[in-house]
Amino acid sequence: MSASVVLSSLANGVMLGGLYALVALGLTLIFGVMKIINFAHGALMMWAMYASFWLAKLGGVDPYLSLAVTLPVGFAAGYAIQRAVITPVLEAPEHNQLLMTLGLALFLENLALLAFKADPRTLLVSYSQASVSLGPILLSLPRLLAFAGALAVTLLLFLFLKFTDLGKALRAAAEERDGAALVGIPVRRVYAVAFGIGTACVTAAGAMAVPFFYVSPEVGNTLVITAFVVVVLGGMGSFAGALAGGLLVGVVESLGGLFVHGSLAQIGIFALFILVLLFKPSGLLGAPSA
Amino acid sequence: MAALEVRGVSKHFGGLRALSGIDLRLGDAEILGLIGPNGAGKTTLFSVISGFLRPDAGSVHLDGRELLGLRPHQICRLGLARTFQIVQPFPHLSVVDNVMIGAFNRRSDGRRARQQALDVLARTGLGPVADRPAHVLPIGLRKRLELARALATEPRILLLDEVMAGLNPAEVEATVAIIRAIRASGIAILVIEHVMAAVMGLSDRIAVLHHGELIAEGSPAEVARDPKVVAAYLGEPFLAA
Amino acid sequence: MRRLPLLLLAVGAVIPLLVRSEYVIGTLTLIYFFAFVGQGWNILGGYAGQFSFGHALFFGIGAYTSSLLFVKAGLTPWVGMWCGAALAVLAGLLTGHLSFRFGLRGAYFALIMLAFAEIFRVAATNLDWVGGSFGILVPLRGHAPALFQFGDKRYFYYIILLMLAGATYGVRRLESSKLGYQMAAIRENESAAEGLGVNAYRVKLTAMALSAGLTARGGSFYAQYFSYVDPAIGFGPTNSIEILLRPIIGGAGTVWGPLLGSFLLGGLGEGTRGLVKSYAGVHLMIYGVILMAAVVFLPHGVMGWLRRRGVRG
Ligand SMILES: Nc1ncnc2c1ncn2[C@@H]1O[C@H](COP(=O)(O)OP(=O)(O)O)[C@@H](O)[C@H]1O
Ligand SMILES: [Mg+2]
Repeated sequence: MSASVVLSSLANGVMLGGLYALVALGLTLIFGVMKIINFAHGALMMWAMYASFWLAKLGGVDPYLSLAVTLPVGFAAGYAIQRAVITPVLEAPEHNQLLMTLGLALFLENLALLAFKADPRTLLVSYSQASVSLGPILLSLPRLLAFAGALAVTLLLFLFLKFTDLGKALRAAAEERDGAALVGIPVRRVYAVAFGIGTACVTAAGAMAVPFFYVSPEVGNTLVITAFVVVVLGGMGSFAGALAGGLLVGVVESLGGLFVHGSLAQIGIFALFILVLLFKPSGLLGAPSA
Repeated sequence: MAALEVRGVSKHFGGLRALSGIDLRLGDAEILGLIGPNGAGKTTLFSVISGFLRPDAGSVHLDGRELLGLRPHQICRLGLARTFQIVQPFPHLSVVDNVMIGAFNRRSDGRRARQQALDVLARTGLGPVADRPAHVLPIGLRKRLELARALATEPRILLLDEVMAGLNPAEVEATVAIIRAIRASGIAILVIEHVMAAVMGLSDRIAVLHHGELIAEGSPAEVARDPKVVAAYLGEPFLAA
Repeated sequence: MRRLPLLLLAVGAVIPLLVRSEYVIGTLTLIYFFAFVGQGWNILGGYAGQFSFGHALFFGIGAYTSSLLFVKAGLTPWVGMWCGAALAVLAGLLTGHLSFRFGLRGAYFALIMLAFAEIFRVAATNLDWVGGSFGILVPLRGHAPALFQFGDKRYFYYIILLMLAGATYGVRRLESSKLGYQMAAIRENESAAEGLGVNAYRVKLTAMALSAGLTARGGSFYAQYFSYVDPAIGFGPTNSIEILLRPIIGGAGTVWGPLLGSFLLGGLGEGTRGLVKSYAGVHLMIYGVILMAAVVFLPHGVMGWLRRRGVRG
């Protein structure tokens, strides 16, 4: 095996990791703000992928351009889901919150199965197979684009949280629900915005994934489990952690696939997940656990 | 040999010294009152003794047996039970079922545990609410339930953390009577209490904690006269009580 | 009220004598089956309050063990079933030890169980020795009761009815035993329970072992009934959801919850299958809606609702 194959695989892993990071970012934002683990996250991404897929297939819209439509719709859908589905269980025991998002995931996933059938579909765009060479490294173009897009979204989100009033309100509500309510922050609305943004994150990830990733009703399942791994690795609720965790998982998967059977790499990631949950539930990057 | 012996126990949270070198002895069937302003470290001391917190230094012996390093359930099995200042009922279980959990500490048969629980409910005046779910009880009865559950484990030593706080005078009087009866049955009791009249009348001896240090120890009358105690409580109306 | 369980069992026993419809018998068999594995989940998730999102782990171990022992070694599934249960108990003790020793609770526990099950699913998919992604076909030997194979499906009906009756009786006994009380105490408030002499670690491990063993036997039954198991059916996340759905709808932590939930969903599953034939996934979609509605309107399941209306059971 030549060094350039390994390097290319490493680089492609990093690219893929950027996408994972974006999925995980939405999940970790929702968790950070509401302390709710959103099992429907993957299903929402799957719907976003179908939206971009059909817009491209039927309307000839490039997946990246389709974001102009899908992003606002994704945000609105997240906002509405929070209002209709999550708000009623905000004060409920944790397991009931889990069951709620699990029920939503079941619904969304099987609705897609009904609408689109089980067959995986792939979208071929002009640049699906294109690649860029950087010295000895061969990079898949759609992955490179997805990586750049993921970084851009992460940066935007970071700036939003840091510098806008709404972003600050969001962080305040995340830190201290009752305190935030006391100083006049409309907590429920802020929560809905958080869920909307979290959904918009997977919507973006979905559009960027479509040029190189198959779409099927089950794809969300695979992705959400990966996203859990990423979030737990990076520390629940941590942005930087989601980014680093995403890159780590992407690289492990990609390099692992090179040296061992792909499925073994997958097992390795689950094993890592379990080890982190056990020994450092605050994440590899999180604060030291008490 | 004292029933319970605390030697040199220290505990800090970050930079805060919650307990500094505490020494305490509790004799057989004795009632020792533990008082001190809010935040003095009383609850922390209970948590160390009962195995919920690990101290930084010191030792705790029950009948000469080291307790440090044991888990709370092991300590309970050895005969030391506590109540929680912030009551911790099993909210969806009935009052008698709550107490049965304690009763199972010494027996495995369900019918016997139930009998024991009903006995304890009778002794603590909770008989009439035996079948109510714990979460509907008013706070006074929840405090009583806390005591009943601990008693049902059949301890030799009972640690009571503010079981009278928030009760009306009639309820306080009833609880004092219950505690006296418990002691009469041979159980040694360490009481944390804010209701001063009650604790002064009830205790054989009083120990005073302040900023994590033991500043006085002695009979209720001695302690009440101690200038350090008066200073610690400056502004608090306890001496008048 | 005290005679009700026996009455139900008697009714269950005579149904096949009165009803000839294979469809009805098949439906009831599945309802009992889901109630059975639901009861397995219920011990850990309902009574001890440790929500597992990965019970397919135990189900799959049961299904694979009995099937593999039969296919590879000719061992009758009557014995293989208990071997599967034993292995599942071991897996339960191992996963439980890791989770509980390190104090995992709530969502973290749910997730780690999911991850354990996923590891087994991926491994089973990739080990040709256990049939790979295709899974295992149990070779048919005609009517061979000694090999857990029957010419008439009503045998399966009676077997699962007895298994369910046993599990229900066992859980009923458990509920009023010391262990049952201690499990409830842990579910309600773990540190208060420890303060009252409850060894939470040991009680949770025991619950895990009982739960795993029961669920695994359900898995073995399933493999014999359908003569087939594959990685997704055995270890997949959808199976984990199927297992926990019924006790939750019926009432987690109650003796009759799993059976009640299974009847409600079973009847519904059949109803919708008739309505929208050939659409895979419709019943799961409806389960999703039911689950969401139940969380809001029946947070303690149907049993909780009945109790609030003063029905004792
Ligand atoms: N788990 C903890 N973490 C950090 N600080 C604590 C903790 N428990 C208690 N403290 C602090 O230790 C001090 C003693 O508390 P406590 O023992 O509850 O006092 P008391 O019971 O006498 O009112 C207080 O300042 C309190 O804030
Ligand atoms: Mg206190």
